[in-house]
Parts: sequence; C-alpha cells; structure tokens
Amino acid sequence: MFQINNLKYKSILDITNVRIPKNQITCIIGESGSGKTTLIRLLNKLISPDEGTILYEGTHLSKIDSVELRRKVVMLPQAPAIYSGTVRDNLLIGLRFSEKPLASDPNLLNALQMVNLQKSLDQSSDKLSGGEKQRLALARVLLMDPEVFLLDEPSSALDEETEETIIMKLVEHCKNYNKSLIMVTHSKKIANQFADFIIEIKNGKIVNR
Amino acid sequence: MDQVIQLQMWQMLSAYIFILLLLFIVRLKGIPREKEILIATVRMSLQLVATGYVLVYLFDNINPFYTILTIAIMEIFAIFNIFKRMKFKLNQKLKKTIALSMLIGTMTSLLYFLLVVIGLRPWYDPRYFVPIAGMIIGNSMTGIALGVSKLVDGMKDQRHLVESSLMLGATPKAAAGDIVNNAFDSAILPTINSMVGMGIVFLPGMMTGQILSGISPITAIEYQIAIMLGIVGSVALTVILFVQLGYRTFFNHEQQLVLDEE
Repeated sequence: MFQINNLKYKSILDITNVRIPKNQITCIIGESGSGKTTLIRLLNKLISPDEGTILYEGTHLSKIDSVELRRKVVMLPQAPAIYSGTVRDNLLIGLRFSEKPLASDPNLLNALQMVNLQKSLDQSSDKLSGGEKQRLALARVLLMDPEVFLLDEPSSALDEETEETIIMKLVEHCKNYNKSLIMVTHSKKIANQFADFIIEIKNGKIVNR
Repeated sequence: MDQVIQLQMWQMLSAYIFILLLLFIVRLKGIPREKEILIATVRMSLQLVATGYVLVYLFDNINPFYTILTIAIMEIFAIFNIFKRMKFKLNQKLKKTIALSMLIGTMTSLLYFLLVVIGLRPWYDPRYFVPIAGMIIGNSMTGIALGVSKLVDGMKDQRHLVESSLMLGATPKAAAGDIVNNAFDSAILPTINSMVGMGIVFLPGMMTGQILSGISPITAIEYQIAIMLGIVGSVALTVILFVQLGYRTFFNHEQQLVLDEE
C-alpha cells in the first residue's frame, strides 16, 4: 500500500526501503524522538520528504492532491484536537472538514461506544479529561471511515485496561471492514499482541522488520 | 457666516501650557516619560506645520500629478506604519499581501466616495481629495493592523488545531476558517463601536472642524455620515482582502502548514 524508497527528511529520518501492507495492522515502535511521528506525518502528506519517494497504491504522493489523500489516509495526532462546542460538534467536524455526508445520532453514539466513552452528545467538550478527549478524537476519526488510519499513540492517555479494550475493538473493526491501520505506539506489548507487521525505528533508521 | 477666530501666536503658545501641566504631573509622580512627551509634542507640532504648508501649496497649485503623489506618499507611510507596529517579524509574502490589500481596499473606496458620493470635479481637487484620503487610509490602516496581528497570533497559537484539521482532510480554507473570521471581526469592531458613540459621546474631528469654520451643522453631519460610511466600507474591504489572501501565506502549494521558525 505504502512504499517508501530512499527517503530522507532533515536529519530526522533516513529510510532506504520499506513496504507497508494493505488491510493489515502495522505498528511503528521506537524510542521517543526516533522519528515515528515524522514518518506518519509524511504518510499524511503533512510534510514532504527532502529526498526519496513515497508511493500510495502505486502513485507518488507528490502526484496526489494533499487534501484528497488526507481524506483517505486520515491521521490522528497524539495530542487530541478538541474544537469548541459539544461532543456532537466534535464528532461531526471530521466529516464536515472532509466534506462527507454527516452521520446520524445513533451512528455517533455507536462510535462513542466503540471507544468506551459514555457521554451525551450535547455535553460541552471542554470539560472532558485528557483520556476522554483522546477517545473522542479517535471516535471522530472512526466516523470518517477512511481507507487508512494513521494513529499517533492513540492510547497514550488511557489506563492499560481501557487501552487494550479499545485497541482490540479498533483492530477488529479494521479486520471486519478491510481497513489498514498504521499505529505509532510506545508499547511493545500492544505491538506484539496486535501487529501483523512491526516497524522499529531507531535514530531515524528502520532497524527491524 | 461667522468667520473662525484666527489664533494669534501667543494664543498658540498658551496652548502648550497643557503639555507643561502634563510634564509637571509625570515629574511629580516620578514617571519616566518626559522624553517621550517632549518628542511627541515636537513631532506633532513640526509635522502639522509642515503639512499645513504642503496643503497650502497643493491648494494653490492644483494639479492631478501633485494629488496622486500626495496620496502615494500617504499610502506608503501607512503601509510601513503597519509593518512597524507588529510585535513580530513579518515575512515578505505577508508584507506584500498587506500592501496589496491596503492599496486596492482604500483606493477603491476612496475613488467611489469622491467620484460617486461627493461627485468631485475636477476629480483631483486636493481640498477634498487629501483630507478624505487621510481619513480613509488612516482608519483602514488601524483596522488592517489589528487584523494582521490577530491572524498571525491565531495561526501561531492554534497551530496544533489547524494542523489537526488538515490531518482530517480539511482544506486550508476550512482549517483556518475560525481564525480568519476572528481576525476580521476584531479588525472591524473598533470602527463599528466608534459609529455607536458618534454624536453622543464625542463629535468627530471632521464635523467639529467644519462647524468651527462656520459651516452649518447640518451640512457638517451630512459629510460626517457619508465619510463614516466610507470609512466602514474601506476598513471592511481592506480587511477582508487581507484575511482572505493572508491566510494563504501560511500554507504551501501542497496544502501544508508553513510557519516561519523563530
């Protein structure tokens, strides 16, 4: 699905060659500062490589319109972005931004359930805790139903138990609907438990595949 | 019509007693502002004296070229004043956007106001052209300066939110939408507020000047209403041009957020 060749980005990343398979669970692991986030930002075309190429489904990223790509390959940042307004507003904003049809309330509640968040849709979003915000942002991305999920430490603010439940549901969802999941995680345990494919980055280089 | 009272030299000088009063107060209170007060007073006096003579010359030698030259100098001063007022360094692209928005916004409003609303003949008559240009350019300058600082601060402070919106497939326009609206709103709000207080809280300068010079208050308010509308229009046009073009300078052709690193 993604094919990276001879990629260089500043002094942060230097990747000779890697293929990220379609419809599978890929985990990116490595120490902080090793370049994991930079890698998925590149896949979301939020930044462009200085050298080398990234192909998505055989097409150069430079040939794909950035906005169109991001609507298919949606990224969730580590620090969740919460917009002013209600839980409903926050769930719908992804669909609004990507100009997709809005979801009905039952669908929104369904998404909240997927991430174990029991909140009313009319509740204001600014009083949520860090972990709740993270799950809200994850539910927003799920609703967008993209081809590829790029998740940057989606469970960093969650306790271990919730983390495992949610990642399990997420993986199941991807398997059922033929989605690709690329997830940065600090947890080797999560990676070993769920990943079909593991990329380990050390000082900007891929060490172990 | 009554003639305006001509000020004698000693009367002019007696007005400076207010500055002496101010200097006395700051000295008494130990506020170290004497230097600024003196500089400001001297600058104000010299600049106005010079302007007075320039205007006399312009009115005596009516010529479209002189009028255009005067307006050009006013625009340039206004644009550089905006650059100078910013707490942060503006990049080249943003500077160009500011200059372009000021030129198009103020010139369109000014020409419409003079030629259509006032029906000025000849079109370059400096007695109308120069003071009205001053009001329109000056107010637009204040408005756009507010808009620039709100837009730049907004993009910097909300960088994370803007980028997160892009990650969700937002167009740059949608991702910066709230910041753009907020900048526009803050930039036109002072102008709208000044309309609300007008005539009750204070009598605007142009109207006061016309009344002092013996013109009927009714004529004076006609002019004041018209110029106020012209100012609102010019501020709105200048600021909307700026914010609509300005937010684009924060994105590159690949719809990526680019903020200058400090």
